[in-house]
Amino acid sequence: MNDPHSDPFPADSVGIVEPRKIVIQRPLTLDCGRVLPRHELMVETYGSLNIARSNAVLICHALSGDHHAAGYHSADDRKPGWWETCIGPGKPIDTNRFFVVALNNLGGCRGSTGPSTLNLDTGKPWGPDFPIVTVRDWVRSQAMLADELGIAQWATVIGGSLGGFQVLQWAIDYPARIRHAVAIAAAPKLSAQNIAFNEIARQAILSDPEFHGGHFYEHGVVPSRGLKLARMLGHITYLSDEAMRAKFGRMQKSEQFSFNFDVEFEVESYLRYQGQSFVERFDANTYLVMTKALDYFDPAREFGGDLSTAFRQAQARFLVVAFTSDWRFSPARSREIVKALVDAGRDVSYALVDSQLGHDDFLMPLPEYHRILRGYLSRTLEAGA
Amino acid sequence: MTAMLRPDLALIGEWVGPNSRILDLGCGDGTLLAHLARTRGVRGYGLEIDPENVARCVESGINVIETDVDDGLKDFRDGSFDYVVMTQALQAMQRPDRVVSEMLRVGRTAIVTFPNFGQWRVRLALARGRMPVTPSLPEQWYDTPNIHLCTVADFEDLCALRGWKVLRRSLLDHERRDDWAIRLMPNLLAEVAIYMLQAPGNGNGRRE
Repeated sequence: MNDPHSDPFPADSVGIVEPRKIVIQRPLTLDCGRVLPRHELMVETYGSLNIARSNAVLICHALSGDHHAAGYHSADDRKPGWWETCIGPGKPIDTNRFFVVALNNLGGCRGSTGPSTLNLDTGKPWGPDFPIVTVRDWVRSQAMLADELGIAQWATVIGGSLGGFQVLQWAIDYPARIRHAVAIAAAPKLSAQNIAFNEIARQAILSDPEFHGGHFYEHGVVPSRGLKLARMLGHITYLSDEAMRAKFGRMQKSEQFSFNFDVEFEVESYLRYQGQSFVERFDANTYLVMTKALDYFDPAREFGGDLSTAFRQAQARFLVVAFTSDWRFSPARSREIVKALVDAGRDVSYALVDSQLGHDDFLMPLPEYHRILRGYLSRTLEAGA
Repeated sequence: MTAMLRPDLALIGEWVGPNSRILDLGCGDGTLLAHLARTRGVRGYGLEIDPENVARCVESGINVIETDVDDGLKDFRDGSFDYVVMTQALQAMQRPDRVVSEMLRVGRTAIVTFPNFGQWRVRLALARGRMPVTPSLPEQWYDTPNIHLCTVADFEDLCALRGWKVLRRSLLDHERRDDWAIRLMPNLLAEVAIYMLQAPGNGNGRRE
């Protein structure tokens, strides 16, 4: 890191990072009733834990995220981690100050125990036998991870979208273990429309002939058409109408209509590319599991459907951030969270960031957004904060 | 710190009961909430529309909710705050009367401060045929956010009309506080008016 000639990365990047696998040997009882006697989590950490062990920040990932949130895996790695814009020395999640922990959630496909890993009981990949996990299960698993890392309390648990769901669940389920909860572009639960999109994505995968009831590993194939369709659909919901209009409009690859079903409009080309590249890095069974975790999320459910009652459990201070152009989890959904927190008497701030891109804006380095994150997080290490 | 505080804010600091729950509409950079938290152990939230001010509140550790007060307080339950405060923003609201009603619904007590449009400086400017530009109304007519200015007399008429009980009133000018001259001719001398109000039929509000 000291010799600029040997380090091809920007000064505000954490640079080369190495993922490691942490084995949780304790049994994990899942919401579905099944028990995982042990499980493995792929983890990356950035920065260092202070002596008081009070500066740990947990990054919760969204639908297709993983443990590689920042930095690069090799000197010629082209793409940094998924939240490189936000995590690093001097960035809003400042690795000079915080010990940052990112993981691939249980059920993921980037090395953590999930449908594509070996089931030790059978010696075969779990496939469709992998249990359907919930946001609560993830939070339980993350709490076990915190135990392994010697972190009794997170300074902050932070995440966008599905990651924000985990943040809210953390604050409710482990009130004493989280000082600050930062939920970005989130919602208190999915709407019928949200679930409908997930159902179409699942049907696309389930009806792919190469899905083989989830046992496609043994057949040496991948349900790529279904997974690709699922991702294409998802992508539409991550972008605003305005952003798509600005980016693609009605631009065509050639001037004439070709009167067939080949790619003609730029937006078609974009979606196909996004779908195809996703197939190469993501597992169809994991996609199914993740969408179910989204659908099931409803922390108010065990509190008589009243979210403010759920938040009465919490002790953390909250920051809720929404984006004006996000229609997947619109600002109104974030306001539901804020209202419940106010009704519960919790400390909360809410920022509505002016944006164009849509749901995906939570990954963008918008100055207004990053100023809020930086300003909030900078106070999280203060005594008594 | 109190010495540097705007006089109406300092006065609110004296009016508000310790450890109460407060909602500050148009909280700006959070000065009042920070002051009340420090001196009175008050907890609460500020509502603010300007992103710059929201960022400053967050940077100061003040609970702030980015929203437009003109959209109403529908996210807040009846009687869920001891005080709902609005300082120097009433005159910039689309419907000040509705805002005060909402304040009295959400809070057991409302505190509003506004620039008195009956003050002699204002009258003097108007007598000269000019829109007033005074210390409490510093903007020009074309860039002012103030769209519903009123005088102390106008405001008290509205209170009487709606049955809002005036629990306390204080009238300030730029340097002085509530002296005999202002009390004698409030509508002429007061630069800033501060009212503590209660909804009709609400007799159990806190008075400090």
